[in-house]
Amino acid sequence: MEPIDKEEGRMSHILNLIRPYVMIAPAMIGIGLFVFYPLVYLFYISLFDFNLMNRLKSEFIGFQNYAEILAREDFYDVLKNTLVYTIGVVLFTIIISLFVAFWLKKQSKLNFIVQAGIFTPHVISIVSISLVWMWLMEPNHGLLNFVLNSLNLPTSQWLQSSSSSMLSIIIVSVWGNIGYYALIIVAAIQGIPGSLYEAAQLDNASRWSILRRITVPMISPQLFFILVTMTIGSFKVFDTVRIMTAGGPNNSTNTIVYYIYSFRTTNIGYASAIGILLVIIIGILTIIYFKILAKKVHYQ
Amino acid sequence: MTKHSYVTTFINGVLKIILLFIFLVPFLWMISTSLQTLEETLTVPPTLIPESLQWGNFLEALSSGPFGTYFRNSIIVTFSIMLIQLIIMIPAAYAFAKYDFFGKKFLFSCILIAFMIPGQVTFIPVYLMMADWDLIYTLWPQILPFMTNAFGIFLLRQYIMQIPDELLDAARLDNSSEWKIIWKIVVPMAKPALATIMLFSFVSHWNDYFWPLIMTNTEEVRPLTIGISMLREVEGIANWHIIMAGNVILVVPILLAYIFSAKYILRAFVYSGIK
Repeated sequence: MEPIDKEEGRMSHILNLIRPYVMIAPAMIGIGLFVFYPLVYLFYISLFDFNLMNRLKSEFIGFQNYAEILAREDFYDVLKNTLVYTIGVVLFTIIISLFVAFWLKKQSKLNFIVQAGIFTPHVISIVSISLVWMWLMEPNHGLLNFVLNSLNLPTSQWLQSSSSSMLSIIIVSVWGNIGYYALIIVAAIQGIPGSLYEAAQLDNASRWSILRRITVPMISPQLFFILVTMTIGSFKVFDTVRIMTAGGPNNSTNTIVYYIYSFRTTNIGYASAIGILLVIIIGILTIIYFKILAKKVHYQ
Repeated sequence: MTKHSYVTTFINGVLKIILLFIFLVPFLWMISTSLQTLEETLTVPPTLIPESLQWGNFLEALSSGPFGTYFRNSIIVTFSIMLIQLIIMIPAAYAFAKYDFFGKKFLFSCILIAFMIPGQVTFIPVYLMMADWDLIYTLWPQILPFMTNAFGIFLLRQYIMQIPDELLDAARLDNSSEWKIIWKIVVPMAKPALATIMLFSFVSHWNDYFWPLIMTNTEEVRPLTIGISMLREVEGIANWHIIMAGNVILVVPILLAYIFSAKYILRAFVYSGIK
């Protein structure tokens, strides 16, 4: 673009006025076209008995799709599965990550290597992780049952039995998550000013009360970040389910997004209505997130 | 140090190595299996190190589908997304960081809200749109929806806000245009943030499974992740040595890149996580 000609002050004034809008326009078009418009479109579809082959034959039925979804028994199984998965993943990941972070918080060569090692799953596709774990969890020839057997521990059918399939998927997700979250906690702990600990030591504070009064409050913003991102992320679980179990056996690992996915060709109205319900769930979680975040910013 | 503390340090170190192994064994096991014969994968106890390395497994995995096409698609899709995101993100982040304009707050919160709405929700309408636009048999459905990197704009804006206004004003006095300022001052100064965002983008789109699964119907447009995941259906559930060989092809390039730049990658991910 040409440098602004000072003599054409009016022109450059108008230019200055519209420049920011020109700069953000492509970004706004992107989210308008691929986030907000689809969201409205999704809601629109959810009010129709949608005919994929001939859309003109789609019939407006109001909130009937929602009523039918909410009357389906398997919807509640799916909701329950998603909830069990989310709680399991969030709980185990936070507890283990905290433990690992405190263990590896000091800067040393070995700690760095271990941190880098446990972070590895985060840069690798869930496709690969799922396939590797399917093979590890293979009941007859898999490494996992062999190791358990050699240690005289009970073996499991893992993904192939409806009683252990959900736990198996949770294990894989937790295994994949720990490295990333432990690292964030390590960074948070290392960011606490040393002067706080020195003051506490002068006061002869016990290790427990230092942990409770200094460390935990100081890393609470990060813990909160982890809690929210992981809850929202877990609600959207799909890849592991689709690759490892396809929702089975007996729907024991069918989760919301997989449920939506399975309706995408057979009943698009249903799929859209569940999609809207998922938006509402994520929306509520997000509002809680921003509410508390706003408080935290104010507090600091 | 006392004898006691030497012992605890030693035990501590051993336990850490065990922890490390819990994360490395699956990958080592994958590599080992990929080089075994079918018989070796079925023995009890399991074969840890194959008797002779079966390099043919890789050829068999690669010949079970058009992997050249998959690989090309992964490259094109990932790098197109990164390039388009850069072009769109830099001016947007700059405008949000350094200009005051009517509706700025509202428009910026739209970006933040967009960041929270997942593709797992919007995929049905986006698919219908792509079908209407006759793009379903091209790579565009895998690229276009990611043109705006909301998270990247947020992160980059934070970074650009730290660049002092005096620096930009001095350049303006020298008659530099705003585009020149972005290109000559802002971009060089924001390089660490841009590198972080692009790294993040690369990892997530190279590894993506959900979106290409939805948006592709034919082999011509599928990326590597879909190709590898389909090995299970093509090869049958029992041929783990072939499936793992395919998996090695998908994992090892990223794994090597990671090993050589772990320090930088860890820092980048942690940075984007806490900011």
